Amino acid sequence: MSQNAKAEEFNMEKQSPVKTSPINGADLFVEILKKENVEVMFGYPGGAVLPLYDALYKNPIRHILARHEQAAIHAAEGYARVSGKPGVVLATSGPGATNLVTGITDAMMDSIPLVVFTGQVATGVIGSDAFQEADVIGITMPITKHNYQVRSMDDLPRIVHEAFHIATTGRPGPVLIDIPKDIAGMVGEPKFVDEINLPGYQPNFKPNSLQVKKLRGALAEAKKPVILAGAGVLHAKASAELLEFVEKMQIPVVNTLLGLGGFPSNHPLFLGMGGMHGTHTANIALYEADLLINIGARFDDRLTGNLSHFARNATVAHIDIDPAEIGKNVETHIPIVADAREALKKILSLDFEAPKANEWRAKLQQDKVDHPLWNTEDGEGISPQALMKIIHEITNGDAVVTTDVGQHQMWTAQYYGFTKPDQWVTSGGLGTMGFGFPAAIGAQIAKPDKTVVAVAGDAGFQMTLQELGLVAELKLPIKIIVYNNMALGMVRQWQETFYEERYSQSLIPVQPDFVKLADAYGIRGYVVQTEEEAEKVMSETLNNNEPVLIDCRIKPKEMVYPMIAPGKGLHEMIGVKPQ
Amino acid sequence: MKRIVTATVLNQSGVLNRITGLFTRRQFNIESITVGATETEGISKMTFVVHVEDDRMVEQVVKQLNKQIDVLKVNDITDQAIVTRELALLKVMTTPQTRAEINVIIEPFRATIIDVAKDSVTIQVVGNFEKIEAMIELLRPYGIKEVARTGQTAIKRGSQRLVSESKTFSILN
Ligand SMILES: Cc1ncc(C[n+]2csc(CCOP(=O)(O)OP(=O)(O)O)c2C)c(N)n1
Repeated sequence: MSQNAKAEEFNMEKQSPVKTSPINGADLFVEILKKENVEVMFGYPGGAVLPLYDALYKNPIRHILARHEQAAIHAAEGYARVSGKPGVVLATSGPGATNLVTGITDAMMDSIPLVVFTGQVATGVIGSDAFQEADVIGITMPITKHNYQVRSMDDLPRIVHEAFHIATTGRPGPVLIDIPKDIAGMVGEPKFVDEINLPGYQPNFKPNSLQVKKLRGALAEAKKPVILAGAGVLHAKASAELLEFVEKMQIPVVNTLLGLGGFPSNHPLFLGMGGMHGTHTANIALYEADLLINIGARFDDRLTGNLSHFARNATVAHIDIDPAEIGKNVETHIPIVADAREALKKILSLDFEAPKANEWRAKLQQDKVDHPLWNTEDGEGISPQALMKIIHEITNGDAVVTTDVGQHQMWTAQYYGFTKPDQWVTSGGLGTMGFGFPAAIGAQIAKPDKTVVAVAGDAGFQMTLQELGLVAELKLPIKIIVYNNMALGMVRQWQETFYEERYSQSLIPVQPDFVKLADAYGIRGYVVQTEEEAEKVMSETLNNNEPVLIDCRIKPKEMVYPMIAPGKGLHEMIGVKPQ
Repeated sequence: MKRIVTATVLNQSGVLNRITGLFTRRQFNIESITVGATETEGISKMTFVVHVEDDRMVEQVVKQLNKQIDVLKVNDITDQAIVTRELALLKVMTTPQTRAEINVIIEPFRATIIDVAKDSVTIQVVGNFEKIEAMIELLRPYGIKEVARTGQTAIKRGSQRLVSESKTFSILN
């Protein structure tokens, strides 16, 4: 060390008791992520993020190199959903960033906490249509909970700390940070930030006592109460409190698609999933209820059906951390802005009188017996519903299950039988084909010891199947179950039902040989044609420690029932099992 | 119905974009937006005049605005004691004969002529929405060549009469 440098260091130490040494933006970026306890990130490098990747090379954080940025972000979503921690994503500017758009939107719709970093061209050329420049802030403004562009290296610690805070608190969601390339090269001595100063962001966790009292009054009077439990129960980790409340009050429970697992599906008071492909009993309960208690669901149109028929005679209570969801779609009489767990804890701490609902419960129990889920088709091939029951059996109902979007998604939701929180990962609000398989990768990384089953349609699987490479590389023991009906099944179902069987662009006559495809990546593959074969192959492969792909030839014309046609009310189900 | 909503916002880059984007995305119909500095540095105030179908929709406007991280406070002040003002500039065609008439028309509005040309005058008027509309109507027969309006801005009166039906949406409900 030269005399000069020594003198400088000495001076610095004298000035500030906490010794900070100069650091460049890229190294700082990695340090900050470590401070935020990031244990894994999902990404893909490129020009604008080369300095960041170089810093990661020297000071590593586990990084999962997906084969496409869309898969990286879906994997981060899967990771976040089952771990409860924010998913962290890093992609380059321009095409890297735009490839993330689907995943960011998906996370926004389903309230999944993500912190997404994108590279950007250098500050000096922003706005000049530079190579790989895209207005990522503009593009992602409507699809993020918040976004930032870093303009000075000094702001980086504060921005990242705020981003993690915003993504994970209140109603979770994606936050994006756009980092111009020159920021990575700046050298400075920025201070790490521990406190949060966001006057415009103050989520309210504790319920208002007055509204809770109103709920008590409504419960005492109700004769036909029902609880609609959504993903808010899972995000708030409120399943235990929900169960206690339900058992104390003896109120039947309906889950939303995303809420599955928040209440045990084998509980006698569970009525099933509600909505477009919900059970008859769940939908009738929502339709006829005189008191509807929504806990952490957002009254999505796939759940409510035609709003003019929805819960018409019910007093509606709605517990939600996001005030904007209350009263958005359904008029609400008892608004409770709170974290689901805090609200339920408060309610449990008070003396609540259980509703007198014997008759109602008996009626619903009878309805469960009279109109259970069923299947109609007897044709060639495996029954998709029976197949899901086999998967449940072999995995003891204990696997983490991810799905893609379409018929197989609904059959999984209907038949897997989720009993615990955080074992269910699906794309609900956006309905993103291509989601399920990469999400399983993230889920397996979050839970290395769990059996992770990725259920996909033959079409959706082909949207992100390149990630077989990642599965092979990391030797992730993911069980890929392809529900192969040689069609865009759900589209085909709608065309059969509403378009007089005009199958416009929904049949796929030529499929790859999925077994050979898996083989190309060194992954074992099987084709199964019957339920017996499926059972045999699955009992040999679902519980071992290796990845597998099973191409299941299901009955190609099987339908998802019951079904509520667009524009119809919850009481207008078709395909209900006749008595 | 027409509502006047104000928002106090952090003066971050892109905040106006965030808010107009939100209005478009959610199909909220805005008549005007004004933005300007407040007494506190770094904090701006926006005034929106919105057309909504019912109370539920204005509640959504307020709640969605409130959800923005850079938005500090939102109020629907329509039913409170407020003063609203807008500035309008009108270029009106004139002939030597009509010039005096126009002067007479605008006088009670306390409008002023700020530019004169051979065949037109430019008039500046400040007032609430109705006043400006009324003046425009009276001048229309003379031929209005151009109108530039700022949109309404609003402030609560120093002393509030008791308004029982005041519409405020707190995030706590
Ligand atoms: C990215 C994307 N494109 C299109 C759709 C519309 N869509 C919904 S389900 C479906 C068919 C899915 O077919 P497949 O993956 O084979 O699953 P299946 O319904 O047969 O179980 C399509 C095309 C979508 N949800 N997502």
